Amino acid sequence: MDFNDTKEEAKFRKKCRDWLEKNATPKEDSTPQNDDFANKDKMKAAKAWQKKKYDAGWAMLHWPKEYGGIGASSMERIIWANEESKFDVPKGIFEIGLGMCGPVMMEYATEEQKERYLPPMAEGKEIWCQLFSEPSAGSDVAGLRSKAVQKGDKWIINGQKVWTSGAHFSDYGILVVRHDPNMEKHKGMTFFFVDMKSPGIEVKPIKQITGGSSFNEVYFTDVEIPDSQRLGEIGDGWKVAITTLMNERLAVGDAGGADVEDAFRWAKTQDNLGEPLLNNKAARESIADWYCEKSGLKNTKLRTMSALSRGDTPGPEASITKIVSAGKLQNIGNFGIDSLDMAGMLRTDNADVKGFQNAWLGAPGMRIAGGTDEILRNIIAERVLGLPQDPRADKGVAFKDIPSGNS
Amino acid sequence: MNLDFSDDQKFLQEEARKFLEKENALLRNRTVLENQSYFDQELWSKIVELGWTGIRVPEEFGGLGLGHLELCVIAEELGRFLAPVPFSSSVYLFTEAVIKYGSEEMKKSLLPKLVSGDIVGTLAVTEDLFAPSKENIALAYDSGKINGKKIAVPDASIATHALVVAKSSDGISLQIADLSDQGVSIEHQENIDESRGHFSIIFNDVKTEGIGDEISGWDIYESIINQAAVLFAYEQIGGSQASLDMAVNYAKERYAFGRPIGSYQAIKHKLADMYIALTLAKSNCYYAAWALSTDSADLPSASATARVSAIKAYQLCSQENIQTHGGNGFTWEYDCHMFYRRSKLLSLNLGSLSNWREKLVTSLEQSNIN
Repeated sequence: MDFNDTKEEAKFRKKCRDWLEKNATPKEDSTPQNDDFANKDKMKAAKAWQKKKYDAGWAMLHWPKEYGGIGASSMERIIWANEESKFDVPKGIFEIGLGMCGPVMMEYATEEQKERYLPPMAEGKEIWCQLFSEPSAGSDVAGLRSKAVQKGDKWIINGQKVWTSGAHFSDYGILVVRHDPNMEKHKGMTFFFVDMKSPGIEVKPIKQITGGSSFNEVYFTDVEIPDSQRLGEIGDGWKVAITTLMNERLAVGDAGGADVEDAFRWAKTQDNLGEPLLNNKAARESIADWYCEKSGLKNTKLRTMSALSRGDTPGPEASITKIVSAGKLQNIGNFGIDSLDMAGMLRTDNADVKGFQNAWLGAPGMRIAGGTDEILRNIIAERVLGLPQDPRADKGVAFKDIPSGNS
Repeated sequence: MNLDFSDDQKFLQEEARKFLEKENALLRNRTVLENQSYFDQELWSKIVELGWTGIRVPEEFGGLGLGHLELCVIAEELGRFLAPVPFSSSVYLFTEAVIKYGSEEMKKSLLPKLVSGDIVGTLAVTEDLFAPSKENIALAYDSGKINGKKIAVPDASIATHALVVAKSSDGISLQIADLSDQGVSIEHQENIDESRGHFSIIFNDVKTEGIGDEISGWDIYESIINQAAVLFAYEQIGGSQASLDMAVNYAKERYAFGRPIGSYQAIKHKLADMYIALTLAKSNCYYAAWALSTDSADLPSASATARVSAIKAYQLCSQENIQTHGGNGFTWEYDCHMFYRRSKLLSLNLGSLSNWREKLVTSLEQSNIN
C-alpha cells in the first residue's frame, strides 16, 4: 500500500501541473464556486478556458487524437482532473456534453459526424444537452411519450422534455423518443441528436426551490430531424440511452457544498447556550459520523483509482458515492442552520450561514438528480448484490396499454 | 497510488479463508457457545501451527517478521468465521504491546513463547460497570506488585499472562502479570457472547514486570488500543460481510406472497444500506491499515475513523441480518445471533462507539482538519 504515483504517473502529473501553472491561477480556498452561465462574461470565460485546453490537448484527453484528444488512460484522466481542480478555472458548463453526449456520439455516430461534431464539442465552441426525462417519465425514464413519426428521410418530433440542464444555451442535444407506442415499452424507442436551433423547439427555464434555474422544460412542436441524425437502429433507443445513463452514473459523483470541515470550523466558534457548539456532545457525535462518511467516500475513490492504476476494472464500490454525499449534505445543512436557533431563518451575508442554507436548499435536488436515493438503492441491490427485480406491470405489454394513472 | 493489498497478502487471506472454512470455524463457534467452553483449543493449536501468532514477531524471536497488513487480512477472515480463539487478546493487544513497548529482555523471554502458544496474553483494564479512564483506575501498583480487581477480561481462562492497567503513585503504569501466580484468582463471568469467555481476576500481591515507565501508562495504553482498533475493525468488516452475505442469500431463497422477499424494495433497500455501511467501513479500514503499517502520524484519527465506521457497519449488518431472516433469525438454530453477539463483543472490547466518536473528534481538534 502506498499513495505515491508510479514513475509514469508522476511524470504525467508534472506535465499537467506545468501547463496549468503557466495557464491558470491556483485556487485560494476550496469553496466551490457557483457558476452562473446566464452571465455572458462567465460563459465567455468558460469557453475561452475550454478552447485553451483544447488547443493544448487537455480538453478531452482520453479521446483519440483525430477528435482532439491525446488518447490518455483513465488514470491519466483522473490525474488531470485532480490537478485542474486545484486551479481557479470555470467548471460545470461542458460536463453534460462531454460526459454523456460525447461518448454516445463516439459509439453510434458515423465517421463523418464524429469529425464534424466531436472537435467543436471538445473545444467548447458548441454546447450539448441531454433530452431524456419527461413530465411522466422520471425514475422510469423508459416511460417517455414524446413521439417521433417517420416522414420520408425525416422524423417529425412532438412532445415535451424536462430537467434539461443547460438547454437554454445549448447548440445540440441528444434525444430519445417513442416511434411506436404499439410495441413493448423498451422496444418502441429511437435515439437522435438534434440541432437546438431547429424551428419548433421552445425552451422554458424551471425555477427551483433554491430560486435558481439550471434546468429547463423543452417543448417540441413538429420539429424535423433528418434520419441521418439517428443514433443506432430504429427501435434501439433504449439500448443507446443506457450507454448514456451508465456514463451519467460515472459523472454524477460527490454532492458538492458544505461539508464536515465547514461544520467543524463553524462549531468551534458558534455560541451554544454560552459555550462553543463543539462542546456539545450531540454536535460532536454528528461531526464524527460525517467525518467517517467523508473519509469513507474519499478512501473508496482511492480504491477505485488503485484498480485503474493497475489497469484493472474497479469494483462496484463507487456506486455508494452520491447516496452518501447527498444525505450528508442535507444533514450538515440542517446542523448549521439549526445552530443559529431562530436566527437560522434569516438570509445573511455570512458565508458559512449561506453555505449551510444553500446545502439545505440544494440537497433535496442532489438526492433526486441522476438517480434518486431509492433508484440507487435498487441498483445496488440488483446489480451489486444480485437480488431479483420487482415483478413489473409494464413487461410484455404494448406501451399504450401500460397503466399510467392520470399524469 | 495503490490503496490495496499485495498479491501475496491476498493469497495469505485466501489461504486463511480456506483453512477456516475447512475447519468449520463457524460450527466450532456454536459448539463453544453451547458448551460454555470459552474457546476452541484444537482450532487455536492449529492457528499457532500455521504461524499466525507470530506474523508480526521479528524472526530473531521466532516469528515470521511480516507487517501489520498481513495481520489485517488474517483478522478479516477470523471475523468472517467468528473463530472462537483468543487471537485478538493475545496477538492484537498483548503481543503488539510487547513488540512496541517491551524491553529487549522482555521480548526475548516473551515473544518466542507467544509465537509458540506457550504464552497466551490478554488485556485487563475494566474495573466496574463504566468505562475505564485515567482517573478511575484503582488497581494499585507499588514496588513491583499489584493489588486489586479487574472484570470483563476476555479469554482469561486460556491466558497465561495479562497486561494490567494499574495506578502507580505517579500516574498510570502498565504491568505484566503471570496468571499462574498464587495471588491470582480467576472467575468466569456470564456474558452475552459465551463463545469468548469473560472473567474477573483478583490480584493479591502479584509480582509484575512493567512495560514503559510508571507515569505515562495511559498514553501507552491509548497507543496500544489505537493500533488494535484497526485490527478489530478488520474482524468487524469480516463479520459484517458474512452477515450481509447471509441476508442476501436468504432474501433470494425465501418466498413470501409468491415471490422472493429480496424482490421487495423494503428488503432491497435494507440490504443496500448494509452494503453502503460496509463499503464505507471497508474503505476506511484500508486507509487505517496503511496508517498502521507505516506508523503514520494520522494513525489516531485513521484508526478511530475505521473503528467508528466498522462498529456501525457490524451493528447494522448483524441486526438487520436477523430482521431479514424474520422469525428464523430469532431462533438459536440459525447462525444470525452468533454474529449479533460477536458484533457487540468486538464493539465493546476497546471501548464503546460513543467513546470512539469522542476520540475521533478529539483527534480532529488536535490535528485541526481544516
